[in-house]
Amino acid sequence: MIGNSNHLLGLDGLSRDDITRVLNAAAGMKEISARKIKKVPTLRGKTIVNLFFEPSTRTRTSFEIAAKRLSADAVNFSGSGSSTSKGETLVDTARNIEAMAPDVVIIRHKFSGSPYMLADRLDCSIVNAGDGSHQHPSQGLLDIFTAREKKGDLTGLKVVIAGDITHSRVARSNIYGFTAMGANVHVTGPPTMVPVGIEAMGVTVQPFFEAAIEGADIIIMLRIQLERKSGMLIPSLREYARFFGLNAERLETANKDVLVMHPGPINRGVEISSEVADGPYSVVLDQVENGVAVRMAILYLLSGGIDEVVD
Amino acid sequence: MKWLISGGRIVDPASGRDEAADLLLEDGSIKKTGQGLTAGRGVKKVDASGLLVVPGLIDMHCHLREPGFEYKETVASGCAAAVKGGITSVMCMANTDPVNDCASVTAHILDKASQAGLARVYPIGAITKGMQGESLAEMGELAQSGCVAVSDDGRPVPSGDIMRRAIEYAAAFGLLVIDHAEDLSIAGEGVMHEGFVSTMLGLEGIPTAAALSEIARNIALVREFGRRIHIAHVSTRSEADQIRNAKAEGLAITAETCPHFFTLDHEAVRGFDTNAKVNPPLRTADDVEGIIEGLADGTIDAIATDHAPHHRDEKDREFDLALFGISGFETALALTLGLVQKGRLSLMDAIAKWTVNPARVAGLPGGSLADGALADVTLVDMDAQWTVDPTVFLSKGKNTPFTGMKLKGEVANTFVGGRMVYDREKGIIQ
Repeated sequence: MIGNSNHLLGLDGLSRDDITRVLNAAAGMKEISARKIKKVPTLRGKTIVNLFFEPSTRTRTSFEIAAKRLSADAVNFSGSGSSTSKGETLVDTARNIEAMAPDVVIIRHKFSGSPYMLADRLDCSIVNAGDGSHQHPSQGLLDIFTAREKKGDLTGLKVVIAGDITHSRVARSNIYGFTAMGANVHVTGPPTMVPVGIEAMGVTVQPFFEAAIEGADIIIMLRIQLERKSGMLIPSLREYARFFGLNAERLETANKDVLVMHPGPINRGVEISSEVADGPYSVVLDQVENGVAVRMAILYLLSGGIDEVVD
Repeated sequence: MKWLISGGRIVDPASGRDEAADLLLEDGSIKKTGQGLTAGRGVKKVDASGLLVVPGLIDMHCHLREPGFEYKETVASGCAAAVKGGITSVMCMANTDPVNDCASVTAHILDKASQAGLARVYPIGAITKGMQGESLAEMGELAQSGCVAVSDDGRPVPSGDIMRRAIEYAAAFGLLVIDHAEDLSIAGEGVMHEGFVSTMLGLEGIPTAAALSEIARNIALVREFGRRIHIAHVSTRSEADQIRNAKAEGLAITAETCPHFFTLDHEAVRGFDTNAKVNPPLRTADDVEGIIEGLADGTIDAIATDHAPHHRDEKDREFDLALFGISGFETALALTLGLVQKGRLSLMDAIAKWTVNPARVAGLPGGSLADGALADVTLVDMDAQWTVDPTVFLSKGKNTPFTGMKLKGEVANTFVGGRMVYDREKGIIQ
């Protein structure tokens, strides 16, 4: 269970305690990844299906490794080039997979809300690995885990999320998650990329990038998704980099121990300069490393595990 | 056939009557109204004590889906659902397949309606050929074959010039022009109202400005070129404000709204409920207020269902892919009475929005209980409470966001042309 659910669909509705429980479990999992033999029998006999309808390397691999380190059987199902391209509906595809009795289905889909549909209809646990522009809760949790690892208590910290907020599922999960942890979340980006009513999620909207960065403790730069609609909302990548990209000069106004995060894959020289991405404040690779541990914790807790890892 | 409806409370907005009286129906029309009428030989009697007796409801906006989409609804199943909902006349939109832009399609619909023998069906023809928005449909032929209005509903008429020519040309045949007010260049690929709920759900929004922009154009056309336009399914306060101003100016703009727009707001979409996906979309709580105010002060002339039945498979899918629409015949009256129960609309006004007003706007017979009027009558049990359960809908479309909602007010009987076509115990009477 995570919160009071056997699914992980989004970070809305999770309390600070709920999130802390996942983070604590993840801390135990991280230790496993540092061992010579990076495998425990905890989820032996469990079947975990990666149901990815959108191309993804990082998230899918991360979930797969997480499952395997816990000895679960992980199966990958790629939505493109399979039954879905033969006209099968999402619900039918999922029901067919369910007939093979998986314990957890991890779904990535281009349409917002798809994991909710499956959670309503299937008996197994559903993990949302990114649905449209809606949420990406495992990314949110690994960002929070990384932040907590570096900063300790997150209460009162200034967290800035910058970029295409409108089309970012990472932004929404991070807004809910960091807010629950007591941080002050600010969003910034070109006004075409900041959705109406976002204030209702408890964030401060800062129209000017420089002002947003000032005094920031954590900056989460979002990827300009060239393959999505982002392209219509800005005149050019060149102009985006110039006015909304994070470079070393702009970073100077942040707090001196600022953390720079990015969910990846990064567009070097667009939303983030190489200097910053590879620089001392960047925790981009820590995020990826922690991703495995956090996803191990998610799979573990949803498969009936209790808070502490037993091996 | 003769019927005596006795002991009921007659509410007839056409004459402003609200009184206890009996009603005698004879040969398809209302013979007389009065106290203590007695049933002579060969007169069937229905005891209406405790019931409301109103003119049969006129729904000026629905989709019967035939021809082409019989798996969603047929004229027969739609008419059965309508009379169960107390609706005795329906105006059905042209977005069938093929589109109703010629006499043969109109004739097909009318033929199916006469076979069904339940509600009166008044087809709406297309404004443009194939609803492509490019050239005018043959409106003369449409009018001659039985269409009472033209609309490309489901789609706006994107070209302002075509819309101008449409209102000019339609006037020659007395056809009402109904516009689905949505500026597609603003609506984009939106799937719900653009606001904080769409932001939280990560769904593409349809801004209010999409509706407003199209209405502003329509008003400008009527102001300059005269004639009239009826605005379909008004969903926002700002549209109501514009229409109010246009009416104050004396322009021939009329408007309708739908029960879902004064009952639900965009919060209903939370949880990605595809049954709450409708176009125009459910708007904000303030818009709901604005719509109710618009109904109360007469800005919005009529209430129509925009009954849009869909097959289960078309709703049971990802929100982005699910089709727009609500199956509305069987909940419309009770939802309207909800406004009366809350004290937001007088009973007289509520009934007027469903009877005399749409009759006047569309130039239809009916909508009145005057002597000699069509014997289309609906009897309503105002105290009956029921819970919305789409599995018992007579419509093939089970797509409703109101499942489980407790409503008060139930149709007891429906008469069309002096014949009882629905009884709540017996169901449809063929």
